[in-house]
Amino acid sequence: MRGVSLQLEPGRFYVLRGENGAGKSTLLRMIAGLSTPTEGTIRIFGLQTKAALARIGYMAHAPLLYDELSGMENLRFFARLYGIGSDAPLTRAVRRVGLDPELARRVGQYSQGMRQRLSLARAIFHSPQLLLLDEPFSNVDPESAAQIAQLLADMRSAGNTILLVTHQLGLLGKMADEFLVLSAGRLVERSGVLRENA
Amino acid sequence: MSPSVFKLAAANLGKDLRLEWRSRDVLNSMLFFALLVVVIFSFAFEPTAEESRRLAGGLIWVAFLFSTTMALNQSWARELRNGVLDAYRVAPAPAEALFLGKCLANYILVLLLECLMAPLFVVFYNLRSVGPYWQLVVIFLLGTWALVINGTFFAAMSIRTRNRELMLPLLLLPISIPAVLAMVTATTAVLTGEFSPAGQIKFLAVFCVVYTTVSFLLFETVLNAE
Repeated sequence: MRGVSLQLEPGRFYVLRGENGAGKSTLLRMIAGLSTPTEGTIRIFGLQTKAALARIGYMAHAPLLYDELSGMENLRFFARLYGIGSDAPLTRAVRRVGLDPELARRVGQYSQGMRQRLSLARAIFHSPQLLLLDEPFSNVDPESAAQIAQLLADMRSAGNTILLVTHQLGLLGKMADEFLVLSAGRLVERSGVLRENA
Repeated sequence: MSPSVFKLAAANLGKDLRLEWRSRDVLNSMLFFALLVVVIFSFAFEPTAEESRRLAGGLIWVAFLFSTTMALNQSWARELRNGVLDAYRVAPAPAEALFLGKCLANYILVLLLECLMAPLFVVFYNLRSVGPYWQLVVIFLLGTWALVINGTFFAAMSIRTRNRELMLPLLLLPISIPAVLAMVTATTAVLTGEFSPAGQIKFLAVFCVVYTTVSFLLFETVLNAE
């Protein structure tokens, strides 16, 4: 990244765009605390990233799931890392992404689209205030993509901040509050869009 | 309230054992390697019972050391598949819990391997211990922890390198030489009954305490290294 200065307002939906290699995923990784900037600082809710981790949900390009465990076993393990011992928020998250919580099949036997949806469930089960999503619509059929888009719209309406990387803008045209465009590691454009309900 | 390190370590331990039970990646590779060492050396040496007591300490620990090295890489490799380690790093959970859970899982698996291999060593090398068996148990518990704590730490360090299979033994074996020497000498001492293993056992205990402390202090840096 080169000289990126960016402030995200609470409760807004940001779409991050740019050509391949522009630094979109790197920027998400930095905000999530997975990469450290060589210069500058990142503050989330006024805190260092590490102190704000419980309030962040991160969905990467890779599913971040164990192939040998079932969907719920994966979520139960990650839930314990967030201090969540109950199945209720997990079941709710799985249903919200359109999967069956009773599915005993191991993740290794899931289709790409199902993995993607379970990965989103992993990112949202703890009701994060900031959601970082890297290509959530890739490998997902149109019906599921529309379902995920609706879920994100609901989360935005509930006051959560969403920063999303995607090339499939058609799904988000009416949802996004602002488009951020990166090129060669620089933030080159920041443009708001008119929302129908604004 | 955030969960304690020990609760999270237990969650990691349970997850690792479940993954291993379903894939058997680690146990199978360790078992076959140790089995090969036992069989090949038994054909190469054909030792008498007396010679066996002198040789077995070295043979046993060489077999377990290399088997453990093979297994440790795999235990971290599954954390890299699908980028799962990143999911841990973005969670508000202490790195030490992951390390402790991983060490305990590896410790259990290596001890299981030792239990499975012990009867084979007895049969193939006609082994009878002259010294007390409880001392052997203490040596194996401490020696295995010494291997696992170092091995798990250095495997985490080398996991993102291109030649990790080569890198782990290069890092681990030189560091482990003092512990391996103590394990071999102590095991030989008990098997032959010629001298006391007390000094080696104390050394192993100190080695375990020092390396456990250092590994825990440094693990977070290793986990987040880019």
